[in-house]
Amino acid sequence: MKLAAIRIALIMLALASAPASALEAYTVVGDAIPAPLGGRIGDALRGRALVLDRTQGNCLICHHVPEPNEPFQGTIGPGLAGVGARLDSGQLRLRLIDAGLLNPQTVMPPYFRIEGLRDVAPAFRDRPALTAQEIEDVVTYLASLRTP
Amino acid sequence: MSAAGRALAAALLALASPAFADEIKPGSAFLSPEMQRQQEDQGRNPGYLWVEQGEELFSRRESVSPTCISCHADPGQSLRGAAARYPQVDRASGKLINLEGRIEQCRVERQKQPAFGYESQDLLGLTAYVASLSKSVPLSVSADGAAKPFYEAGKAFYERRQGQLNLACTQCHDDLVGQKLRGDTISHGVGTGYPAYRLEWNGVGSLHRRLRACSLGVRATQFDYGSDDYLALELYLAVRAKGLALEAPGLRR
Repeated sequence: MKLAAIRIALIMLALASAPASALEAYTVVGDAIPAPLGGRIGDALRGRALVLDRTQGNCLICHHVPEPNEPFQGTIGPGLAGVGARLDSGQLRLRLIDAGLLNPQTVMPPYFRIEGLRDVAPAFRDRPALTAQEIEDVVTYLASLRTP
Repeated sequence: MSAAGRALAAALLALASPAFADEIKPGSAFLSPEMQRQQEDQGRNPGYLWVEQGEELFSRRESVSPTCISCHADPGQSLRGAAARYPQVDRASGKLINLEGRIEQCRVERQKQPAFGYESQDLLGLTAYVASLSKSVPLSVSADGAAKPFYEAGKAFYERRQGQLNLACTQCHDDLVGQKLRGDTISHGVGTGYPAYRLEWNGVGSLHRRLRACSLGVRATQFDYGSDDYLALELYLAVRAKGLALEAPGLRR
């Protein structure tokens, strides 16, 4: 019921937002967003680069990935080794886009959301942390991490 | 009072104080033992270069009259503990003022000199010097009376999500203390070491400079040095760290 309410709210938001700043629309099904954003096709190598890069995804500030050449990795989020075996692409996509849809208290930032944020620095205002293509790239990379 | 009476009073006091009071640790507790020793060694903590510069400014007699020391004679005694009571509400203006603000106020109103400017080397030196006179003194900043609305504003700032990464101070500095952000350990976010010498800065900076770095980290608006937002947050952090010993100039990564 909660997810249904969120789905309706998202549809309303999508209808209400101006076309210029509108992000690609998506549909939540259960705890997943099954369809790729805007029908884009992700690239695992680009996704890996985004995950490791300190200015873009910067995922390693909180998460651990199976990368022996990355000595400093965070301990806050769940480890990402084997995440592709634990979650399917749709589940990964939802957690990247806005993990707050599942847990409003989450510390995981929303990477594809521009509404409901406060005091965003000018350089980051009115654009999501990752673009639709970048979300798909990261989803594809994470889905490939199948070894626990 | 009997020993049992004293024990009971102590137990009641412990119950009355906020839950976090005896859990909060200073920033130095998250340093390596070697860096902790370096912080305490005046010959090896570069922050003391700023303290010395501040001490020199404090007692310099040429041109400026009165000098700091002509009102604050024997500062080691007369100003001991002063820094532990900031930020506080300025009686005349009703505004919240921190140690930097008080020094600037003296400079402009009493010495009739142009303000140094926030984050200038002179103001950092003087602030580090005056703060160092309260080394080991427990923080005793008030959140009551005139300070209450500022405290409430600081607490609200600390607890609200902000920035593109949508994070609140409390999510890391209360809930995730001790966890690793890349190579760094998350601390309680206590400001008792500031002004501090940070290796990342290769110099001494104010608490507000450190707060600006946090804001940038969550991709939020960086408020101005000395802004109402950071002053209120500074007050909240100080009240939250009540009883912790001042350790400026701190040494930080």
